[in-house]
Amino acid sequence: MAKAQDKILKTQEITLNMGPQHPSTHGVYRCILTLDGEYVTDLENVMGYLHRGMEKLAEDRTYTQFIPYTDRLDYLAAILNNVGYVQAVEKLLDIELPERVEYIRVIVSELQRIASHMVYIGSYALDLNGFTGWMYTFRDRERILDLFEMITGSRLTLNYPRIGGVSHDLTDEFMKGLQELVDDLPACFEEYDGLITGNEIFQSRTKGVGKLDAETAINYGITGPNLRASGYCFDLRKNQPYGIYDRFDFDIPTGENGDSYDRFIVRMEEMRQSLRIIKQAMKDIPEGEIMAKVPKVIKPKAGEAYHQIEGAKGWLGYYLVSDGTTKPYRNHIHSPSFVNLGVYPEIARGGNIQDAVVILASIDIVLGEVDR
Amino acid sequence: MDKQIKLVEKLAKKFKDKVAVLEEEPGTLYVNKDDVLDVMGTIKDKYHFNMLLDSTAVDYEEKMVAVYHLMSLPECDQLKVKVNLEREDPRLSSVVSLWAAANLMERETYDLLGIIYEGHPDLKRVLCSDDFEGHPLRKDYKVEARR
Repeated sequence: MAKAQDKILKTQEITLNMGPQHPSTHGVYRCILTLDGEYVTDLENVMGYLHRGMEKLAEDRTYTQFIPYTDRLDYLAAILNNVGYVQAVEKLLDIELPERVEYIRVIVSELQRIASHMVYIGSYALDLNGFTGWMYTFRDRERILDLFEMITGSRLTLNYPRIGGVSHDLTDEFMKGLQELVDDLPACFEEYDGLITGNEIFQSRTKGVGKLDAETAINYGITGPNLRASGYCFDLRKNQPYGIYDRFDFDIPTGENGDSYDRFIVRMEEMRQSLRIIKQAMKDIPEGEIMAKVPKVIKPKAGEAYHQIEGAKGWLGYYLVSDGTTKPYRNHIHSPSFVNLGVYPEIARGGNIQDAVVILASIDIVLGEVDR
Repeated sequence: MDKQIKLVEKLAKKFKDKVAVLEEEPGTLYVNKDDVLDVMGTIKDKYHFNMLLDSTAVDYEEKMVAVYHLMSLPECDQLKVKVNLEREDPRLSSVVSLWAAANLMERETYDLLGIIYEGHPDLKRVLCSDDFEGHPLRKDYKVEARR
């Protein structure tokens, strides 16, 4: 007869690789999970699979030549990257923009923010096995991409703003399409709420999962919707306005618990606020030039500029150092996804594997931006 | 910008010989290499710069410069701090103990520019692969073009 001791099950921690090829990592990101049964005791980020050396490439390109590279940072929000970059160069050059350019940039930026959040909401639902959510958000995002195609000729890598302006003016066709979209979007958001937000499975899988308090978030440098979901009300468009954002009337949605559910809700509400901004900009947009008077050869005097904008995923910052030539001496990109990933191990620890997937989806990362 | 210059002047008076302000860069606080933790700790606690926006470095060929952008969320202030380093042996203390955000940022700067952050909990490459040789953002790094 076996002794009682031998019957006791021996357990030990195991190490599990998630990624780099894994659907819920949204690209080529890998994390090393240390598991105790189904519970995550530790997690380590491994990134760099998509590293293309953007900052090094920038040193060998002129200021204008680098604009299309910024498309490939956060490829779901290309215009926001473009705008952040050209505004940094404009800060270095110290030039004033025509009114119409500022309005066009606000309209396309906010459209892009809505498109980016739609991918977030769709893929979030998909990661939780709700395939329907994905179909609906992508149906509507398609219309935004169609609008972009009208004015830029492309759908993802838009390369639209220029240093001192934008490449093409908004057409009547675009304005008509935009008006129709603006009229339809509130009903679309209602639909997402019905399909995803109100879904009981969605709520029970996200509420209380991956809690992040405001103090920890700030310590980890978390910005954008993730910071606001933790209950800290701070939006660069409001608190430190760039461009003409101080002219618009909109609210900053915040969460209460800082859990995965709040991170979702904040983005749902942000889409509605972006729509408000677009409506105001459409009403006020003046006629005029779409390019400022910019020298043919962009040659900023020696110096440096740090510019940041409220990107779709957080604060996107560019640190440009000029040595007085036509090429940037140093171009550092502060990418929100990269910094936001830093807090992932902290909030995933203690949960189970399914929760780790939910938390990663709720942080909203894009690997083009993480790895640069 | 004026707000920044005033703040830097105030800090320069407080920290005296631990910091310096250059005439051509009035909005930047240069901190001595050995006083980084001390000065940054005071800036964080007493002046409420609770967020580390960005930590990076620039290779100026004759020297390396570590650049920090700090932000105070309650007051909506920004502050630029620079630290001059020797190019041959660029070392300074890590600020991970002050801001957890520095963990990834310092790993990135180490990876791309070869700056050693002393006291960093896990200083290893993050964007380049582990067996990568050299630090690509240094100006003497030779890029091999494959056409």
